[in-house]
Amino acid sequence: MAHDDRPRAILRTYPNWFYLPAAIVFGVFFIVPTAMAFYFSLTRWTLFSATFIGLDNYVTFLGDPMLMSGLRNTIIYAVMTSGLKVIIALPLAMLLTSNIRVKGLLRSIVFFPVLVSTVAVGITFSMLMQPSVGLINTVLGAIGLPQPDWLGNPGLALYSVALVDVWKGLGIATVIFMAGILSIPQEYFEAARLEGGAWVKFRYVVIPLARNATFTVILLSFIGGLRTFDLIWTMTRGGPGFASDVLTSVIYKEYQAGFYGLSTAGNVVLFILVTVIVYPLMRFFNRMELDT
Amino acid sequence: MRIQKLIRRYWVDVVSLLVIGVVFIVPFVFVLLTASKTRQDAALLTFSWPKEFRLIENLREVMTWGDNRMVRALWNSTLLTLGSVTLIVLFSALVAFVMQRRADRLAAVVGSFMLAGLIIPPAVVPTIFLLQWLGLYKTLVGLIMVEVAYSMPFAILIMRAFMGSIPRELDEAAVIDGASPMRVFFSVILPLLRPAIVTVVVTSSVTIFNDFVGPLYFLPGSENVTAPLTLFSFISQFTSQWNLLFADVVVITIIPLIVFIFFQRQLVSGMMGGAIKG
Amino acid sequence: MTRKTLLIPFALILISLAIVACAAPAAAPTAAPAAPADTQAPAAAEAPAPVKLTYMVGDVETDQLIAHALVDAYVKEHPNVTIELENRPGGSEGDNVIKTRLATGDMTDLFSYNAGSLIQALNPTSTLVDLTDEPFMANVDDAFKQTVSQNGRVFGTPDQTAMGGGILYNKKIYEDLGLSVPKTWEEFAANNEKIKEAGIAPVIATYGDTWTSQLFVLADYYNVQASDPTFADDYTANKAKYATTPAAMAGFEHLREGYDKGWYQQDFATAKFDQGLELLANGGGAHYPMLSFALPTIATNWPDKVNDIGFFAQPGTDAAKNGATIWMLLANYIPQTTTGEKLAVAKDFLAFTVSPEAVAALNAAVPPSGPYLIKGAALPDDALPAVLDIAAYIDSGNSAPALEFLSPVKGPSLEQITVAVGTGQMTPEEAAAAYDKDVEKQAQQLGLPGW
Repeated sequence: MAHDDRPRAILRTYPNWFYLPAAIVFGVFFIVPTAMAFYFSLTRWTLFSATFIGLDNYVTFLGDPMLMSGLRNTIIYAVMTSGLKVIIALPLAMLLTSNIRVKGLLRSIVFFPVLVSTVAVGITFSMLMQPSVGLINTVLGAIGLPQPDWLGNPGLALYSVALVDVWKGLGIATVIFMAGILSIPQEYFEAARLEGGAWVKFRYVVIPLARNATFTVILLSFIGGLRTFDLIWTMTRGGPGFASDVLTSVIYKEYQAGFYGLSTAGNVVLFILVTVIVYPLMRFFNRMELDT
Repeated sequence: MRIQKLIRRYWVDVVSLLVIGVVFIVPFVFVLLTASKTRQDAALLTFSWPKEFRLIENLREVMTWGDNRMVRALWNSTLLTLGSVTLIVLFSALVAFVMQRRADRLAAVVGSFMLAGLIIPPAVVPTIFLLQWLGLYKTLVGLIMVEVAYSMPFAILIMRAFMGSIPRELDEAAVIDGASPMRVFFSVILPLLRPAIVTVVVTSSVTIFNDFVGPLYFLPGSENVTAPLTLFSFISQFTSQWNLLFADVVVITIIPLIVFIFFQRQLVSGMMGGAIKG
Repeated sequence: MTRKTLLIPFALILISLAIVACAAPAAAPTAAPAAPADTQAPAAAEAPAPVKLTYMVGDVETDQLIAHALVDAYVKEHPNVTIELENRPGGSEGDNVIKTRLATGDMTDLFSYNAGSLIQALNPTSTLVDLTDEPFMANVDDAFKQTVSQNGRVFGTPDQTAMGGGILYNKKIYEDLGLSVPKTWEEFAANNEKIKEAGIAPVIATYGDTWTSQLFVLADYYNVQASDPTFADDYTANKAKYATTPAAMAGFEHLREGYDKGWYQQDFATAKFDQGLELLANGGGAHYPMLSFALPTIATNWPDKVNDIGFFAQPGTDAAKNGATIWMLLANYIPQTTTGEKLAVAKDFLAFTVSPEAVAALNAAVPPSGPYLIKGAALPDDALPAVLDIAAYIDSGNSAPALEFLSPVKGPSLEQITVAVGTGQMTPEEAAAAYDKDVEKQAQQLGLPGW
């Protein structure tokens, strides 16, 4: 807000009309449909006609007996994927920024799954997780470990999908951490090397100084986790039964059933939920970043 | 003696290569093996060497299936991705530039719209009505516009963060030299934004090339098919032909793979530069 | 800043402009009307002007085979007509494609879609062409007409045959173990125990394709009706419930019984439909609760095994009241957006599909999955044994349409609920209550009276 003491000529360098192309596209193709959706969420809408019914859809959506388990699953999924991505990607990023010889190759390998279609990844892992002939259980069996039914066991399906999500998204998280680590001034690492080994470097240099990267990873994968759809839909369709249903799959099923007003109301609820969770988190992270 | 030294020096390399290789490469090997099998062989779903190597035949069958549907799909997807990504980069960079530099009340408003775009799930059916009303339903241009609208918030987020690391003095100097805002943007800012641009290009082209809900709703019709949708119709149409399904996976992964091989160095370094600077 | 770096953004803009320009023509492909200059000529008698129709059909193997057979036979007689097939996904994904394109006035000239409860959601009176008074409707089975009607007007012609929903079974296993076809659930359970002792999975379940899990509930409808003849009407009027009607609850109990007694094969929770067919054909499992539309697929993939497959109705409590539940799955419709010349040709095509010539063409291309819904069309001599089993139930009067052809009320979550019961996550009571709740949601969303 310190622009008042800047010369007008400089402000003219940043004309507001630069916003215009983006504003038009975003306004027309995102804001307008979203506003229409708010209206439709208050109607019984069959695509052919819409009858205004007030808040009935919200009552129905929030009264759905399956909603609570969907909500719980959504949060478990978001927390688990963002947590695991941090826990795995941070040491991995340290490895890939250390002076090992094959790091170029390894960086590419870790990043590659990011480029592949989620649907394709889902299909592939459904095969690998097949309980009796799939590769994962074949290997587990060969070394004498139990062979769970990854996607067929109701208690396990959600976690199995979350693991695949971590596998696919690890590349992005790792690269963000690598950027964070590379921006740490070299002197800190020198000091850490004199003090002790890799642990000191990890605990007292990387963790505190790559904090911003950690926040970015958590935030992006948390939002992604709350909004996740493609992978769950390809691998389990929310099943078996309702065991791995998340909010987006509940909403999508209502959409598929032709309950357009109801599913739009669900979308509004999802939007409010994500905002309520993510916004304070963002504020908190921003404050922490300013402190450093 | 020498062997011990070798082991000490290389064990980290070898172990990490092995672990990462197994975890990240094996699924792709599985895809390739299955895509090389005969129908009966593939139906066993096992991780095994093909009894008969038929990768080329399977790929050919996938490519020619349904009047070269696959070729049309790859072409459409390429156009869609190139068109959308170009606009995303250009529009988002313009916004990020002004937003970060002015940092006034309007910029804050723009920022909150950006957040909303990041958080709110898109409303599919109203968008269809709107596209129809504009005469853009079932057109590539319409889908490009929708993809641009959906992808801009994230692109702006990345670019605005990076903009902070470009010294303001550079544009001020250019202004004093008499450069117009357009010129400042195109000749000073855009080249310096390159790492952030690479990040945006990679993330949004991956998302858009692989997007399957967007084309499903906004670009229906068999002429308009895109790459991920072929996978989708293969799932229902060839439920027992896993070899062809995985051959399809191979085909639609080839374009990202080629892009990746060509740009991998710039890509990873660009991603790193662009991801969280500032 | 060098000149070169300056070029990059401009090059990008140029490229994007070029792309958009190239893309524009490719983007609006089918909009062009069929050659207006030619069709103007009224002298169509000697050389009819070319007409091109689009026809949307489901993308499963059987649907494709049938559509191709019909189109090829028709086009052979009418060389001026071309009919281009467009595929749609199956299941509720397909429902959405159909609804969206009808609502936006962008449907193909003809399309194939479910008969029964689903078409009510299409608002047929204002979106589909009324076929009630077309002369060719005289060829159509009267029971079928009811399933494609709204307010007494008929909107569709049968696409494919009637189908039986019940138990497909492997007759070889029955022979080897000396079993006989069960008429009551108790006999069925006893057979299952013997089959299990022999080391064969008694019942095949394929919950990887969730829709296949509903059969024990849906195919039980004949038994529900036998014990409670007014169930369909009471159910539509919000008076009868699954949770409070013991006969209706039985389907859910059967699902749970199968789980508790270990009747289902290994990996049933993620197995797919085609794996189920393979198990049945090759004797890895004895019973598969399924619709008979699976039979042509078995005939194509395991031609030497299809004659080992038989059909029996889902057994109920009373051997004297044994009978089969029948589906009239698909119909062909014309949207109101088809007009003029195209409408005339589209109607002519529908007239052809219910003619004896079409039946002959179909018999040559695809083995029928059940009796035809076209008057005077008989099954061919080489009909599959399971199809003859179904025809026997119908001919003896021991059959009833499935509930979805009698009532517009059908909850969308049934397939998840049946999976939850079949995998032991829900009791039958919980499931019936959950389904009643699901149905209520649907009826309210459809705005049905009394809900």
